[in-house]
Amino acid sequence: MSQKIKDATIPTIPLGGRIQRWIGRNLIRFYAIFAFTYLFIPVAYTFAFSFNDSGKSNLIWKGFTLGNWQNPCGAPEVCSALGNSIKIGFLATFFSTILGTMIAFAIGRHKFRGRSTSNLLIFLPMATPEIVMGASLLSLFLVFKINPGFWPTVIAHIVFCISFVVVTVKARIASLDPRLEQAAMDLYANEFETFRRVTLPLVAPGIAGAALLAFSLSFDDFIITNFNSGTLTTFPKFIYVSAARGIPAQANVIGSAMFFLALTIVIVGQLVNRRKG
Amino acid sequence: MGKIRTPYLLLLPGFGFLFTFFILPIINLAQTSTQTKIAGGDTGQYEQTLHFRNYIDAFVENKEQFGRSFLYATIATVLALAIAYPLAYAIAFKAGKYKNLLLVLVVAPFFTSFLLRTIAWKQILGEEGFVVPTLRSLGIISQSTTLTSTSFAVVMGMTYNFLPFMTLPLFASIDRIDPRTLEASGDLYANGLTTFRRVTLPLSMPGVVAGTLLTFIPAAGDYVNAAILGNPNTKMLGNVIESRYFKIVDYPTAAALSFTLMAAILILVTLYIRKAGTEELV
Repeated sequence: MSQKIKDATIPTIPLGGRIQRWIGRNLIRFYAIFAFTYLFIPVAYTFAFSFNDSGKSNLIWKGFTLGNWQNPCGAPEVCSALGNSIKIGFLATFFSTILGTMIAFAIGRHKFRGRSTSNLLIFLPMATPEIVMGASLLSLFLVFKINPGFWPTVIAHIVFCISFVVVTVKARIASLDPRLEQAAMDLYANEFETFRRVTLPLVAPGIAGAALLAFSLSFDDFIITNFNSGTLTTFPKFIYVSAARGIPAQANVIGSAMFFLALTIVIVGQLVNRRKG
Repeated sequence: MGKIRTPYLLLLPGFGFLFTFFILPIINLAQTSTQTKIAGGDTGQYEQTLHFRNYIDAFVENKEQFGRSFLYATIATVLALAIAYPLAYAIAFKAGKYKNLLLVLVVAPFFTSFLLRTIAWKQILGEEGFVVPTLRSLGIISQSTTLTSTSFAVVMGMTYNFLPFMTLPLFASIDRIDPRTLEASGDLYANGLTTFRRVTLPLSMPGVVAGTLLTFIPAAGDYVNAAILGNPNTKMLGNVIESRYFKIVDYPTAAALSFTLMAAILILVTLYIRKAGTEELV
């Protein structure tokens, strides 16, 4: 309604004023476009340089080629590093999602002694800088004479993923309508059936989102991994180490492919969600 | 009877895990931080002495990097807030049916490894990139000015890398604001600025608090941006801890520095949450 009245008054304002008003009204949109540009410049750069016919060091544009995309494992170590990252990512996601979801249900669904302490214990890992978490875990492993490597890295990733899973799933549980579960109980479903047929399906999108978040946190982690992985190379570690002598274009291929893959998964997930209503 | 036990049974595995691999390491870190080098021992051999001198030495030696960590993290947090707030506002109120898509786009850069993106910035801002020559030919910067290996590049990289962490909680709390409260404010003759200051901003405060924390904490402990985009004079505390661990193998000093960093952050965070008046963060 107010929009119509405003529009009706426009013709009486001189052109300069009209332009000024239009800019004023759309200022926030320009700002958003600027922010998105800032966010995507390095992504676009990475994508563009995945087509660079660069040889070993991908610093200067030397010509267009599809070769890097046709042979993404062409550079030594790239694919074994990627494989390690994916394995660690899946294991860390699997365990942190299970443990975190259980905690989320306990905190989100039950009143019990020590609930605020529990909330604090979930908040603390998120308030700890990665370098402190990574360094302290490494010290513990060293005390127990456990060599850093694959499993210590998985354990470290589970530690920092749990809190994010709890927060995400808890938010979903909090947004549930308690009347749905009451209705199930009224229809003679027992507690277990109610959980399995009503609660769990309703919380499932939250759990899926938490798992995706956990995987992306794990996959992209460098600092904690660097402390606990020893000689094992993950994808981010590979990039960091090879940065000194030039990153092969294959790394750009894999980074870009991950970007499009994740984007597809998220968008398909959203469409599926929308169809379910 | 079973009902009382249920939450504890649900918590047990997760908290057992967190206790073993998060709390114990922190306790162990505190212990390591008071060890001293064995006289005449090899590199990396230490004994428990309960000397707190490590803390004083570590702080005095690295107070510059300490100050820099908190300064850079603060600037990056303020910049990220300035960029993310209008962005989150635009997505929540102006995006219409594209709201979800735009939200996905905020997170999307995450999936290209953050190291690749940080190195991309280094090359974009570097001598062979397109930014420096353009600015030079336009006379905006002098011929000798460089953009990489500066504190500017480090802060810019940090702002960039933590922007999604700022935007998401901001969006979550702005999106919850009922647009009718803003209309009501307008109906009561408040202008745009007053409405923002008295209605929108207070209602979005939980998002501001969560976003600034999620940006400031990782930024204060970060060393990757400083390592890739900085120079020896932009070293942060994270860089010192990293090299004490891996290059110098001086675990006690590294532990003392880590512990001081964590304590400083926790104190700042507690004061900040008190001041901002929101305790419901998670």
